[in-house]
Amino acid sequence: MAQLELTINGERRSAEVHPGAFLADVLRETFGLTGTKIGCNEAECGICTVLVNGMPVNSCIYPALKAHGAHVETVEGLARNGVLHPLQQAFIDHGAVQCGFCTPGLIMTAKALLDANPNPSEDDIKHALKDTYCRCTGYVSVIHAIQDAAARLRGEPPVPPSLPQTKTPLRVVGQPLPRPDAVAKVTGAARYTDDYVFPNMLHAATLRAGIPHARIRRIDVSKARALPGVHAVLTHEDVPGSKNHGLVYNDWPVLCYDKVRYVGDAVAIVAAETREIAEQALRLIEVEYEPLPVVDDPVAALQPGAPKVHEQGNLLKHIHVEKGDLEAGFAEADVIVEGEYQTATTEHAFLEPECAIGRVTDDGRVEVYVGSQIPYADRRQVAAALGVPEDRVRIIGTLIGGGFGGKEDIAGQIHVALLARATGQPVKMLYRRSESLIFHPKRHAVRFKVKVGAKRNGRFTAMRIELWGDTGAYASLGDKVMTRAATHASGPYEVPNVRIDCYAVYTNNVPAGAFRGFGVTQSAFAIESAIDELAQRLRLDPIHIRRLNALRVGSVTNTGAVIRESAGLLECIARVEESLKQEGTPWVFRKADVPNKVYAWGFATAYKNTGLGGGAPDRSEVEVEAFTDGSVEVRTSAAEIGQGLVGVLASIAAEELGVPYERARVLLSDTDLTPDGGPTTASRQTYVTGNAARLASIQLRQRLAAVAAEMLDAPVESLRFADGWVRHHGRAVAFGEVVAQAHREGIRTRLSHLYEAPKTQPLGTGGDMHFAFSYAAQAALVEVDLETGEARCLKIISATDVGRAINPLALQGQIEGGIVMCLGNALTEEFIQEKGVPFTNRFARYKMPSIRHTPQIISHIVEDAAAEGPYGAKGVGEISSIPTTPAITNAIYAATGVRVRKLPVDQDWLLRQLRAQREG
Amino acid sequence: MREAYHIPSTLEEAARLLARYGGAARVVGGGTDFFVDEGHQDVSALVDVTRLEGLSDVSYHPPFVVIGCGATHSRIVASPLIQQRGTALAEACGQIGGPQVRNVATLAGNIAHALPAADGTLALLALGGEVMVAWAEGDALRTEWRALAQMFLGPGRSAIDSTRHIIAAMRFLPTGEREASAFARVMRPQGVALPIMGLAVRVRLGEDLATVESATVTAGPAGPVPFCARQCAQVLQGRPLNERVIAEAGEALLAEAQLRDSPHRATRAYRAQVLPVLLRRALHAAYRRAQAAQHQYA
Ligand code: FES
Ligand code: FES
Repeated sequence: MAQLELTINGERRSAEVHPGAFLADVLRETFGLTGTKIGCNEAECGICTVLVNGMPVNSCIYPALKAHGAHVETVEGLARNGVLHPLQQAFIDHGAVQCGFCTPGLIMTAKALLDANPNPSEDDIKHALKDTYCRCTGYVSVIHAIQDAAARLRGEPPVPPSLPQTKTPLRVVGQPLPRPDAVAKVTGAARYTDDYVFPNMLHAATLRAGIPHARIRRIDVSKARALPGVHAVLTHEDVPGSKNHGLVYNDWPVLCYDKVRYVGDAVAIVAAETREIAEQALRLIEVEYEPLPVVDDPVAALQPGAPKVHEQGNLLKHIHVEKGDLEAGFAEADVIVEGEYQTATTEHAFLEPECAIGRVTDDGRVEVYVGSQIPYADRRQVAAALGVPEDRVRIIGTLIGGGFGGKEDIAGQIHVALLARATGQPVKMLYRRSESLIFHPKRHAVRFKVKVGAKRNGRFTAMRIELWGDTGAYASLGDKVMTRAATHASGPYEVPNVRIDCYAVYTNNVPAGAFRGFGVTQSAFAIESAIDELAQRLRLDPIHIRRLNALRVGSVTNTGAVIRESAGLLECIARVEESLKQEGTPWVFRKADVPNKVYAWGFATAYKNTGLGGGAPDRSEVEVEAFTDGSVEVRTSAAEIGQGLVGVLASIAAEELGVPYERARVLLSDTDLTPDGGPTTASRQTYVTGNAARLASIQLRQRLAAVAAEMLDAPVESLRFADGWVRHHGRAVAFGEVVAQAHREGIRTRLSHLYEAPKTQPLGTGGDMHFAFSYAAQAALVEVDLETGEARCLKIISATDVGRAINPLALQGQIEGGIVMCLGNALTEEFIQEKGVPFTNRFARYKMPSIRHTPQIISHIVEDAAAEGPYGAKGVGEISSIPTTPAITNAIYAATGVRVRKLPVDQDWLLRQLRAQREG
Repeated sequence: MREAYHIPSTLEEAARLLARYGGAARVVGGGTDFFVDEGHQDVSALVDVTRLEGLSDVSYHPPFVVIGCGATHSRIVASPLIQQRGTALAEACGQIGGPQVRNVATLAGNIAHALPAADGTLALLALGGEVMVAWAEGDALRTEWRALAQMFLGPGRSAIDSTRHIIAAMRFLPTGEREASAFARVMRPQGVALPIMGLAVRVRLGEDLATVESATVTAGPAGPVPFCARQCAQVLQGRPLNERVIAEAGEALLAEAQLRDSPHRATRAYRAQVLPVLLRRALHAAYRRAQAAQHQYA
């Protein structure tokens, strides 16, 4: 051990540290300053940035002893006497905080910039923040926040956030309000799972298969058990209950027993006094495997004789969609285009790696702390594996550092519960980034065959689409994702004759499951590319052909549902078209000073269901309670993954109960304290849980109104609830007073409401498969360097129909974040696997968009209200992340004449295509 | 488990520490590559050479520009001397990582890593760089200047044994009148976070400000070690720098460079297409700068 003395945020501190320790670990563990976050441990993500003598460094690989004698600044030191630093305030005001996990790193990197440069240009900001990543915001708000903070620091007035035009707000709903959790997130006080520490806590590690397919012959853990410091080593033999888990199908072993089916499969788990000892123990476990042939492609996996991933065969599900008479439709067509398309496996790259803590309480119940997207599903699966009733398990949701669909499946939840029971001590399991990458389900790689027929005027007559989705080793949500991919495969258009066949197929790749866009991101690329090709063959305007066929009220979808309302696609198209006119550039153009570059626009549209659909009951329960201090609390188990649900629920309760927004608290995801809000998936929370919150609040208001009516001696109908008061003409009584009076009268001021969304029908039965759809249109401006093949997206014009903007600030963040994520899907992101072995086993091998990729974004909001949605709102979480990819690839076609058929766009390939084209 | 992390304050001390460990300790610079690689578990102590007296910055010791082993990429980028008279190096170092990495990573570390496509290394090589190697013999400190080109044995294999030798400093002759340098590279946003092709040039023009008096061209990855393209430079020598000559030089470069397919980075065909583009871009930039450097150092 060595002595470390340093000044942290102006305070002298000292400690004995291990000579090999890094600054981030010492700050977090020795000094308890958990505001500094760790996302990768490999100098890639930058979120661990702190300032050492004023200089930003990645603290995760900065030797702690190197900071001896230095002045270190962390996010905790920025606010002075409770007053936020202008950067912190500006991040809140501009909505630059979502999940918040990257926020300390972004703010510290920005602080170093502003210390050196009080008036940075946008380029300066992009230069300085180039290696500090954020997966949620898309960086636009981050740039604005930094510029605003710079202005404030120069003594200039704050620059308000630039927000899209939306409907006139109500009292609270429709207002651009800051997130309730924003202050904690900008000060470093916000606690994510790894920030929790319990006395006597042990640290766990998982032995992963490391090979994609093999039979297990023997597992010997005796040496590992004998290692000093090890408290437990468990294998499948120690799983008392269900040996498998799964969200839909119970096919995923808690700990593998007969076979391993992918590299990330868990074979054994260890709890030890330190993480190092646990990892050392893993190396002592002997597993004898009999390697089996590997299948890594969904089409090959369906061939007779292909290696079987599961006994019952490799086809997880065949999904069939049929409408009209396909042959007649093609016979009628004047033009037919056909093409094959392929999308890549992609990674969520949430910045917080998975972490879970298990604990056994005095009464023998098991508690699991975890940032999960579906707490009640966790509870069910943990209880099943332990073989105990569900009420013996409590899931306590912590803050989540990004999810995007990647935290719906079980990660360490069951393992920590098992280890906590085996050791009697709290156990923490934190995945390293390399482990997170090879373990959790990804976005499905999908192969498409598309055939589209149309009349000369552009009207579609028929579409035939086949899809093969690689769902990897386990089902996860594979059949749901591929169902969505299939039903959305013909795009947001009315097509009289459609036949779609989709196969979700097991392979020995890393499983694929939910990922923002849920299959539709993939289909949109295929169908929007094909339509672009069709428009070009017919010499029609690419916008016109989409407008001509767009779904509108009265249209019948490919599953036979009639669109009856809230179909804002035509308006989205019109808004983008209008903006394009204002741009005033031709569709394809060059600039005199850069002869090697071509610029061009591309266009695409999309739609996305809100809610589970397909006949699945879609429910959410919310409890609302009013207190005598005038505050209210909304409780439900639904995940805040950065998207802004806490703000939405607080707004709704404040609106309906007439209390100030700041007085509405939200408690999420504790299965003992909060009722089931259902999964945070399918863009359903605003609609379903939002409605439950609205209806619960209305009922509570009615209950309180009866009390207030007595107090004010006024008729119930004439009372007004606003700003924390209940009013009747000139007279008023404080909201808290009414609550107090209710309590005196023995009336409970807590109630819950179980909301059930409109019924949907299973695929193939006709009728409404979904209760609402969101729509979007986007145009992308790209720049292609003809000498190097490099392609960049410079600008996105977007219009999104969300029914109603409940909080325009949060909505803006969802849209910008979705666009930039989808830009990554087009241009940078690919999770590479070779014969079932991930090449992408480090962040350095997965490129998500950095601030330098951020295009200019012009965003329009269309509010074509959904009658049943809360205030007209429908889903917002996914829709913006769907049309960007094809808008970009269509623009690349316009610029170069090269049709992108495989994602992501590879400059190497593009340049070779350009050359082949030149050489004829 | 590491037993010690030493931060000596003089070169002598650093060299002696290494000698004392007799192979069990290893030199580390900013550590931005070292700590990320999972290997090196056998090293029991580290000797951090970023705080050695007189060796943490850029200085001018006529006729040389000298860069200490502790000089970070940020320091190098910010040095007016390097910006003006070793421009390629400033450009190359400015493109590595973000500020967090540049504030810590050193050029010496970059050289010790011996990657054939390392930006900073290519630029220094084009500038005709030399490296001072230091070690202890008994109590005596020994140092020796060697040509940078001799530092590399193969991809990722350095001629320097980091458990015994220290790259203490680097130096080069700054560009003078009618002379300039430039750096160009292409990155690929997918796959591995490594440049897929980089190139640096140093050019001196004749009195007419049009003819190339001398040129150095380096590129990577174009072989197992950072590559100095002599044939290409030969083509340029004594010729006016016009498009035809540049095209000819590009062909010569392609003929001598060993380009290959590297999975998840680039195909050989792609590299062959962009290498002449980079050459043209760098030559244009250097040419403009050399013309502007007419009287600057008179
Ligand atoms: S760079 Fe340090 S945690 Fe990612
Ligand atoms: S807010 Fe930046 S990663 Fe979530």
